[in-house]
Amino acid sequence: MLYREAGQFKTSYAKDQAIFPIRQDRILMAILIAIAVLGVPALASEYFLETIFVPFLIFALAAIGLNILTGYCGQLSLGTGGFMACGAFFAYKLATAFPELHLVIIFLLSGLGTALVGAAFGLPSLRIKGFYLAVATLAAQFFLVWMFNKFDWWTNYSASGVISAPPREVVPGFFLTGNDASAVTKYLFLVCFVALMALIAKNLVRGRFGRSWMAIRDMDIAAEIIGIRPLWAKLSAFAVSSFYIGVAGALWAFVYTGSVEALAFQIDRSFQVLFMVIIGGLGSILGSFLGAAFIVLLPILLNNGMLAIDPTISTALVSHIEFMIFGALIVLFLIVEPHGLARLWQIGKEKLRLWPFPH
Amino acid sequence: MNLRALGLAALGAAAIATAVPVSAADTQYIPGLMYRSGPYAPNGVPFANGFQDYYKMINATGGINGVMIEYEECDTAYNNDRGVECYERLKRPEAAAIAPLSTGITYALIERATADKIPLLSMGYGRTAGSDGTVFPYVFTLPATYWSGADIIVNYIAEKEGGYEALNGKKIALVYHDSAYGKEPIGTLEALSKKHGFDLSLFPVAHPGLEQKATWLQIGRQVRPDWTMMWGWGVMNSTAIKEAAAVGYPMDRFVGIWWSGSEQDVTPAGAQANNYKSLNFHGTGVDYPAIQEVLTKVHDAGNGTGPREEVGTVLYNRGIMNAAIIVEAIRTAQEMHGKKPLMGEQVRDGFEALNIDNARLEAMGLAGFMEPIQITCADHEGTGRAFVQQWNGTEWKPVSDWVEPNRAGLLRPMIEEAAAQYAAEKGITPRDCS
Repeated sequence: MLYREAGQFKTSYAKDQAIFPIRQDRILMAILIAIAVLGVPALASEYFLETIFVPFLIFALAAIGLNILTGYCGQLSLGTGGFMACGAFFAYKLATAFPELHLVIIFLLSGLGTALVGAAFGLPSLRIKGFYLAVATLAAQFFLVWMFNKFDWWTNYSASGVISAPPREVVPGFFLTGNDASAVTKYLFLVCFVALMALIAKNLVRGRFGRSWMAIRDMDIAAEIIGIRPLWAKLSAFAVSSFYIGVAGALWAFVYTGSVEALAFQIDRSFQVLFMVIIGGLGSILGSFLGAAFIVLLPILLNNGMLAIDPTISTALVSHIEFMIFGALIVLFLIVEPHGLARLWQIGKEKLRLWPFPH
Repeated sequence: MNLRALGLAALGAAAIATAVPVSAADTQYIPGLMYRSGPYAPNGVPFANGFQDYYKMINATGGINGVMIEYEECDTAYNNDRGVECYERLKRPEAAAIAPLSTGITYALIERATADKIPLLSMGYGRTAGSDGTVFPYVFTLPATYWSGADIIVNYIAEKEGGYEALNGKKIALVYHDSAYGKEPIGTLEALSKKHGFDLSLFPVAHPGLEQKATWLQIGRQVRPDWTMMWGWGVMNSTAIKEAAAVGYPMDRFVGIWWSGSEQDVTPAGAQANNYKSLNFHGTGVDYPAIQEVLTKVHDAGNGTGPREEVGTVLYNRGIMNAAIIVEAIRTAQEMHGKKPLMGEQVRDGFEALNIDNARLEAMGLAGFMEPIQITCADHEGTGRAFVQQWNGTEWKPVSDWVEPNRAGLLRPMIEEAAAQYAAEKGITPRDCS
């Protein structure tokens, strides 16, 4: 009843190809964007903006990146942490070498640099597949983190290998990094930036590139026979994916923590993003957001929730219970909905279409 | 999956997550970023317990000039992202000080704490350049920094070898946790190796430090350094001691920094760990009036945070010392701003005017426990002195006097240079301290 598209006729190809062909979806999206841009900054406390929404948006971007590679092109990658480190350190070098460069340009350039690195490490994918490729990308992970740790040049010879974002304005008067950056500025910048990047990704995967990636994913030999060049399809997937991940890494270092060491991009980070993609839903842009929300928000909500119920509970107990519940929930979700949260949303939508009459 | 149940669960989670704790206005608020979970928990737990027990003792004996302490803790698991989250959760303008107990988290919090006007006390860890008060007004590194620690170990080695000339041509190895923490002393050691002519070889150990076989084969069989120092933490310490014993490295030539010398580090290695040395900057054991008071007023009242047996161990006592310094800073600040709960900004003034002399230590019940500390506007470190202690199989015994780091001649100019570089990168104008 609520979600009935009866009577909505598509009279042009453009309408048929719209991202949100159903009117209800468009309304929902508009409400969601209005809440995200207007409602959240007005209502949420600084703590929520700074430590929940900011990392959530950055991780969503990284998850979109990995989803392009793993979800759409079917190439398993464990190098996400390394590529994020690339983005972070490229951005740091650019920002300190060219202080007059605007932050957004720095982020995009560091993403481009990461794309090149990603394409180079994607070369083995032309010969090896599946788990073997995962092991090859593991090499990227360890090599890149080792490189940023080993060579002082990347950190401008800092004593401890920590890079720290120089203070920069995003629009005059509003600092995005450094001491004077406010949580609202950070959040609003990220909402706009990530929404734009997600829109580009969505259109990319619906277009020629996305179709060739999905063809490679579903059956690479068949794809080759119908005229898709695996070299370009796979390398472009690696490049685009690394671009997104690199930008996410730069944002992580600059906007979220403000200072970062190579240790922050260890293999755990790769797994964290991979879990987001798997739990959110492989091959879905929405799933990247849902997965990031699940992995970033849930532990913090569990932790805060337990303390809100009983403030005298010991912090050690809270952490241990948090680990147990979080682990159990991951297993539970994978059992009840192996296709991820995005699929859950799709089922929900289909049910809403029939509601309240089940047949 | 049942959508209704899912929706209800999500609503419930959102509802409890938005509940924010309310604080009473008549207590002094002190947050604690500790870790009781994760790979570094064995070392984090006794520290956290000592830190908390000292506040309980202060509250049981009438507070700080009658102002009770309200302590709140958050578990960072020694993880930088989680540390930032915990900081944002616990920070309030009335927070007296933040002690993150992790160099990585300290780095991540320097800007935030400065912007929020909360003093950041990294006691014996953190960013060494932070001891330049002209650039870092909110960062305090007393009583010693890693650069002082590195210099102290080299001075101790020189004393054992018979003078600085004897260091020429000697081989010294550094085994370090491959993170901001472990890398901090390298610059100092490189400068010292140039100055005194010893060979420095570096051995990074990846987090969490359970794999050191190759490192120690290289040290024990190939490089064979005359002395080895260690910047380790958590399981890395005990693993290193075991591996060093396995390659037959002489334990009395193996010196750890103060974070690599606790009971938790040596007991897993058993008798092999005997004679292992480390730095320390406070007393161990329970023979101090303040610690006796913790035992009688807190533990005997059934109020102890951890087991009674850990009172007096190295890391527990370090937690006591950290808490005691914060309490003294609050006490000093109360003399300037009134005997009432203070804001972080006001406690910062207390830190900067901190002067814990022997009379004050006596009054605190910690005479002989630690060195007198005096902080000034420009110098946020103090004397930077430490002593060497040795494990004899049952307890840590001091085996040297307080060793003086060469702060005036060597470290302070390096600190000022590093701070100036930071100031230039961040566009900070150093304040005038004269």
